Amino acid sequence: MKGYRKYFGKKILWFVITLIVAVILNFILPRLMPADPVAAITGKMAQGMTDATAVKEIYERYEKEFGTNKPMIEQFWIFVKNMFKGDLGTSFSQYPRKVSDIISSAIGWTIALQLPAIIVGWLLGNILGALAAYVRKFFDKVLLPLSLFLSNVPAFGMAVVLLVVFAVNLKVAPISGGYAFDMIPNLSWKFIASVIEHYQLPFWSIVLISIGGQAIGMRSMSIYELNADYVKYARFLGIKDRKIVGYVFRNAMLPQVTGLALSIGTMIGGALVAEIIFSYPGLGSTMYAAVTAADYPLISATTLIITFMVLVVTFLLDIVYGFIDPRVKAAQLD
Amino acid sequence: MKNTLRQVFHSSKFVAGFVIFIAILLLLFIYPLINPGNPLEMIGVGTFAKPGTYVSLYDAINTEPETLRLSDADDKRLAKQLSMEDRVAMIEWFDAMGIAVDFDMSDTEALLDLWDSHYDPATKPKGMTQAKRNYYKRLNNALQELKAGDEIIIAESDEAGVLTENDTVNKTDYVNVNAVANVKVLPLGTDNFGRDVLKELVSATGTSILIGLIAGAVATIIGLTFGLLAGYMGGIADDIIMFITNVFTVIPGFVLLILISYSIGQDQRGASVVALVIGLTSWTWTARSVRSQVISLRNRDHVNLSKLSGHSLVRIIMTDILPYIASYVVMAFILQVSSGILSEAQLSLLGLGPKTTEVPTLGLMMNWSMLYSAHTNGSWWAYFPVILTITLISFSLNLMNTGLDQVFNPTLRD
Repeated sequence: MKGYRKYFGKKILWFVITLIVAVILNFILPRLMPADPVAAITGKMAQGMTDATAVKEIYERYEKEFGTNKPMIEQFWIFVKNMFKGDLGTSFSQYPRKVSDIISSAIGWTIALQLPAIIVGWLLGNILGALAAYVRKFFDKVLLPLSLFLSNVPAFGMAVVLLVVFAVNLKVAPISGGYAFDMIPNLSWKFIASVIEHYQLPFWSIVLISIGGQAIGMRSMSIYELNADYVKYARFLGIKDRKIVGYVFRNAMLPQVTGLALSIGTMIGGALVAEIIFSYPGLGSTMYAAVTAADYPLISATTLIITFMVLVVTFLLDIVYGFIDPRVKAAQLD
Repeated sequence: MKNTLRQVFHSSKFVAGFVIFIAILLLLFIYPLINPGNPLEMIGVGTFAKPGTYVSLYDAINTEPETLRLSDADDKRLAKQLSMEDRVAMIEWFDAMGIAVDFDMSDTEALLDLWDSHYDPATKPKGMTQAKRNYYKRLNNALQELKAGDEIIIAESDEAGVLTENDTVNKTDYVNVNAVANVKVLPLGTDNFGRDVLKELVSATGTSILIGLIAGAVATIIGLTFGLLAGYMGGIADDIIMFITNVFTVIPGFVLLILISYSIGQDQRGASVVALVIGLTSWTWTARSVRSQVISLRNRDHVNLSKLSGHSLVRIIMTDILPYIASYVVMAFILQVSSGILSEAQLSLLGLGPKTTEVPTLGLMMNWSMLYSAHTNGSWWAYFPVILTITLISFSLNLMNTGLDQVFNPTLRD
């Protein structure tokens, strides 16, 4: 157990450190820029106003509301304190809704969409990749170029293509939204059916693009493992092929878990942009709306939440890795 | 070096990727020679003109016609004029009259034959309203007119508003496209601003590749420097650099990208600034892989020999370490270029791309076509070529990368 404690302790420490850095960056990056966000907001609010004192008053009011008239370090403490209270400010574009309120209504959609999609894509990709490595000839000729091509279709591109083919032309799926536009979210069968119907296209667009990349990675890893000495030795010993493949698969899986942990941020980013295409009511669309409306508090909050999500997923993957990696297991025997 | 290159070009994957990429690059240089001009010029007044050849109607009328008697001209004209709704209505009428329709709706000739032999304005199909019957009468009249009329009169109006017949255009009049002064070929139609999509696409591809190259170069230089320092120096430098690298590997790059891009503001965001920002947020991969390579090299004999000979740090790195990791650096650079192009596109889709007035980029084209719902109104030419171009560029770069990987990692070879 000592080995695990050390491993997990290290991972938790890293999680906390990166989280702190992320929060600091989220706070400091916009404030480092020469442009004054408060001035920009005031400019927007005071459009067409000629009274200079009124404009100044608006500026000062916003300055007070955001606390930008206080020293930087004090601003930071207020920011952190509010964050712990779950207060991320008030949205401009959906005034007087709280940012935390908007985020909490969007985050469920994003998690429910992306988590299963990425897991399914990862699993399917790995199975195909392992098959490709094992049955070299056919899969290599056909599947490898195909999955390489598929993995290079940008997430939003796949989203648009699926949308046009299945929703616009074949009319077998709805065009946009997370549920039918004439419904109010509730727990009826009708609503759930509508949600599932709207779920298909975004889900498959994420799965399709993640399959390719995973399959290629898994194929290389499996080929590498298949050529390893232990496989040859096992063959000499006359161990059944199926059993060897099992070993190879398990060993090749390890780097794939690390790979997933490393690329999860990029994947989530791509999927968030794909959400915009479907107007899916998740964080991606929220961020898009915030950017379009220059809703500064909302942008900052979405980036923070996304960073937090990515950090948590990476942390969880690290934990899972600890359980399946024999080297970590071995360390606890010491 | 020569040997390595020969080996690289033996890899079919690398060659395939290389050929696609070079073909795209060649197109970028050749197409503007054929079709010069400002890619952002708004030539169309409407939005999303369909792809095709546009012949100036004005010039065509003023061009000397030839008379051609083509037997199928009438049928083609009717087929083009008869809308889908009208066809459906005609079938409905046959159904109401109990007449069997044993051909496809798109078969204009059969449809009209059946119509001519059965339609009678006096009949009153059961359950059909007066309005509907009148609709059929109008439809029938329109069809008869289309078949009967054989000329269009061109008239001029004088100051009093009186029309005087000036010229007539007959059904059998044809003009040679070459004789018409103004013919515009729009292979991919126009976009929402009325710009020539193909011209814009070529220019945008150039800009996007440039963005990718700048971003890739910035990321590679930073990553390489950090990786070399961390790997070779070790100790406290390694700790500090790896700390920074680890933190930025986990914090998603696109989040930083969004924050920085938003903070810079639309006015300051040129294509090169966006490229720089992308490069600044994506160097961690290179730093990691370079570091691990350098660590494995650090204690090799030839490096130790150099150290003992008292060579400077710069010289050791340049002559004893860089040549060994060059292939990895090139591979990392290729991947950075492709992900840089993708990052720009995603950023632009969020509305945080380069400012729109200066140069077109693939992401901006995508963004505008989505804003004008090209995907739901059937204007495939505004977005599909863009997606295909991004995919092809990134596909070719990744193919090259896979090929290189197989050359330099013998275990992966087929």
